[in-house]
Amino acid sequence: MIRLEKRPNPSRFWLYATPPVAVLLTMVVGGILFAAMGKNPIEVIRTIFWDPIFGEFAFYLRGQLLVKAGPLILIAIGLALGFRAGIWNIGAEGQYIIGAICGAAVGLAVFPTENRLIFPAMVIAGAFGGWLWAMIPAILKTRFNTNEILVSLMLVYVAQTILAKASTSFLKNPEGMGFPGSRNFNTYPAAKNGYLIESLGLHWGGVAALVTAVLIYILLTRHIAGFQIRLAGQAPRAARFHGVNPTRLVVMCMGISGALAGLAGLFEVAGPAGQISIDFNTGYGFTAIIVAFLGRLNPLGIVLAGFLMALTYVGGEMASTNLGLPSAAIQVFQGMLLFFLLGVDVLTNYRFRLPAAAATAGAK
Amino acid sequence: MTGTGTEKGGGAGRPELLKISGVTKAYPGVIANSDVGFTVGEGEVHALLGENGAGKSTLVKMIYGLVRPDSGSMTFRGQPYQPAKPAEARRLGVAMVFQHFSLFEALNVAENVALGMESPPPMRELASRIRAVSEEYGLPLDPARMVGDLSAGERQRVEIIRCLLQDPKLLIMDEPTSVLTPQEVEILFKTLRQLSSEGTAILYISHKLEEIKALCDEATILRRGKVVGTCTPRERTAREMAELMVGTTLTPPERHPVDKGEVALGVSDLSVASPIPFGTSLKNVSFTVAKGEVLGIAGVAGNGQDELLLALSGELRVEPDRLRIASHAAGDLGPVERRKAGLVSAPEDRYGHAAAPDMSLIENAFLTGAIRRGLVNRGFIDWGKTRAFAEEVIAEYDVRTPGPEVAARALSGGNLQKFLMGRELNQSPSVIVINQPTWGVDAAAAAAIRQAILDRAAEGAAVVVISQDLDELLEVSDNFAVLNEGRLTKPVPVQGLTMDQIGLMMGGAHGMEVAHHAE
Repeated sequence: MIRLEKRPNPSRFWLYATPPVAVLLTMVVGGILFAAMGKNPIEVIRTIFWDPIFGEFAFYLRGQLLVKAGPLILIAIGLALGFRAGIWNIGAEGQYIIGAICGAAVGLAVFPTENRLIFPAMVIAGAFGGWLWAMIPAILKTRFNTNEILVSLMLVYVAQTILAKASTSFLKNPEGMGFPGSRNFNTYPAAKNGYLIESLGLHWGGVAALVTAVLIYILLTRHIAGFQIRLAGQAPRAARFHGVNPTRLVVMCMGISGALAGLAGLFEVAGPAGQISIDFNTGYGFTAIIVAFLGRLNPLGIVLAGFLMALTYVGGEMASTNLGLPSAAIQVFQGMLLFFLLGVDVLTNYRFRLPAAAATAGAK
Repeated sequence: MTGTGTEKGGGAGRPELLKISGVTKAYPGVIANSDVGFTVGEGEVHALLGENGAGKSTLVKMIYGLVRPDSGSMTFRGQPYQPAKPAEARRLGVAMVFQHFSLFEALNVAENVALGMESPPPMRELASRIRAVSEEYGLPLDPARMVGDLSAGERQRVEIIRCLLQDPKLLIMDEPTSVLTPQEVEILFKTLRQLSSEGTAILYISHKLEEIKALCDEATILRRGKVVGTCTPRERTAREMAELMVGTTLTPPERHPVDKGEVALGVSDLSVASPIPFGTSLKNVSFTVAKGEVLGIAGVAGNGQDELLLALSGELRVEPDRLRIASHAAGDLGPVERRKAGLVSAPEDRYGHAAAPDMSLIENAFLTGAIRRGLVNRGFIDWGKTRAFAEEVIAEYDVRTPGPEVAARALSGGNLQKFLMGRELNQSPSVIVINQPTWGVDAAAAAAIRQAILDRAAEGAAVVVISQDLDELLEVSDNFAVLNEGRLTKPVPVQGLTMDQIGLMMGGAHGMEVAHHAE
């Protein structure tokens, strides 16, 4: 029988090798899945991973990469902070929606005033909305010891209900001729999150994502708060011995991840999405969980993982329009990535031991 | 003492039961056993002696079928013996009592015993067999009691009876007395002698040399994975055996008498509920420790030691004036503020409480050294300074590690303990609280740790040592108290205390009743 044996020290090789190996395995098994659906696996894989960067429409699709990667990175970094501390915020999608609604509401409330402070105010309101939504599971956890996984997840559905309400009633475009959805921010320059560099797809959300990655990296490696986060995740009792206040830690981690998710929502709604609508959210909050793990819960790794995941989004869309692949197949493909990642991840801390039976004969 | 080769020793004239020769086992980076050989005769009590990391545990795990040797051979009752798993070893008549019990607290004794059996008989029959065995061997135990309510000594009896029900030919015991009161040790030894006289051989692992002298017929001494000698313990002094085990000459810790200063730590009427499931709440605990004084707190494990440490370290907060550091109320302070006030503490559990196992020694040095060693600057960690602190501790306390970057879990228990002790002691503390300073640490390192504790006391620190090792407490303490079911006896001077008095303090008497029971 093959056994898993704990390594005395975590393997540095597997720490870095895990993501590429997981991506390879996903390609192989995903290819088998696509083949079973009657598609040419090579062509599908090429459409997903190659065409968006080097294909015919790459000039447009490349920009789409950062547009999609930005919110994923921003949300994933916040989640990673909590995951490092053993605080499982699964409801980033909800915080993303509420952040978008709050931020958009501020902009829409002053329409059509033109003032330079409007967009910054929307950004702050967006972060605040996400923070507020994340405080619900945080306070329930610290006060009543509820499970933050369940509470934050359930709050996603509450947020989606509020979103539906917002786009059909209280934020509905009064000049929208009865169609659901808010005013479009593309027609409101003071509140618009426009592209800074269009060919790269860079808007303020992308800037925020990259800056946050660097700041959180510094926090985790150099700051005592980052040390406490890591300590609490790895050895909770040692963290209490060190003097970490668990309540403060939960509130801080949930707060930061909620605020970042809210920011991502605001940047999306005021930029690429353009308006509050029933389905402006595209599941970034959930996909970011995969991105966080794919990036090894390390902010810099998450930046790379965010781009990889954006690639599967952009390429996946291509595959579904050009090759007629159902979008559910793309989601399965993305899910596989997390599955293989967590599977291969075991090798960081464990190694396979082949049975010693070959050496010492006579055993059963 | 005989030489360094294999296959020496063995029971004088007893028929051979277990023979091990040339056994080698290597783990990546370390050779746990190298060409080890010895013989155990039927009914012989054979001691395996050695420092931490000498390879005792690996050796017995191979005998018990938990680990497969790389090379070498074993014979048991004349047959080639190579158990692939413990069940096979048990079937052939080898049983083992581990240092750490594997019992379910929420189940009763009989249910726990049944869980360890291949095909347990009906409960009622099992209960009567347990009763029969426990009477036969003088190990009183009620099969219907919940294990959660049992003392450590009683839990050990459950494990022993579980083994005895299999009618073993060889019983392996790994440091069995570390959790027992002196009286319980006597009961255990009586049982073991009876077993031995009935022909059951016992392989006894310990580093308590006096016990080995009292109990064992033969001893095999291991150092760094090799057999360095065999002897008949009764004919040797404890010191001779210790020196053979360690390979150097041992010096007992020196005490420099100091004038006792003012009270550095005062605890008054402290009662606090245990945060640990099945834990023991503290009840009206009061004591004071003066500058330069060492207070030893004895007691069988599970009588509130962990809770006392939590309450002193600040992990468990109490009313402000229940605890005073240098006459300032400190009961409501957390660990960080208490360290600022000069109190450092070292919990018993190294892997997960005192240290984060997956973090490097540098990060673990930061874990408690951050404040007193000034390793934080405006919230940012000075990793250079932290590394220097870790290296200082490694060098000064002889921590054997490839470097400060390795994960704490990669160090052996004794080595990690040296590091953790050094981490606390090198913070120029005014109050030191330690739970089990030398548990599982080899003799040489234990002596070094005790010396370091006494040195700090000589410099004026107030020290509280919580330990289950009475010899250790008597060696380092000025005053002595016992924690029993969450109550602390009144501290008394160590000088003039007899083992009997201590045993009575430990065994259920609460302070005032000691004199009464001593008649």
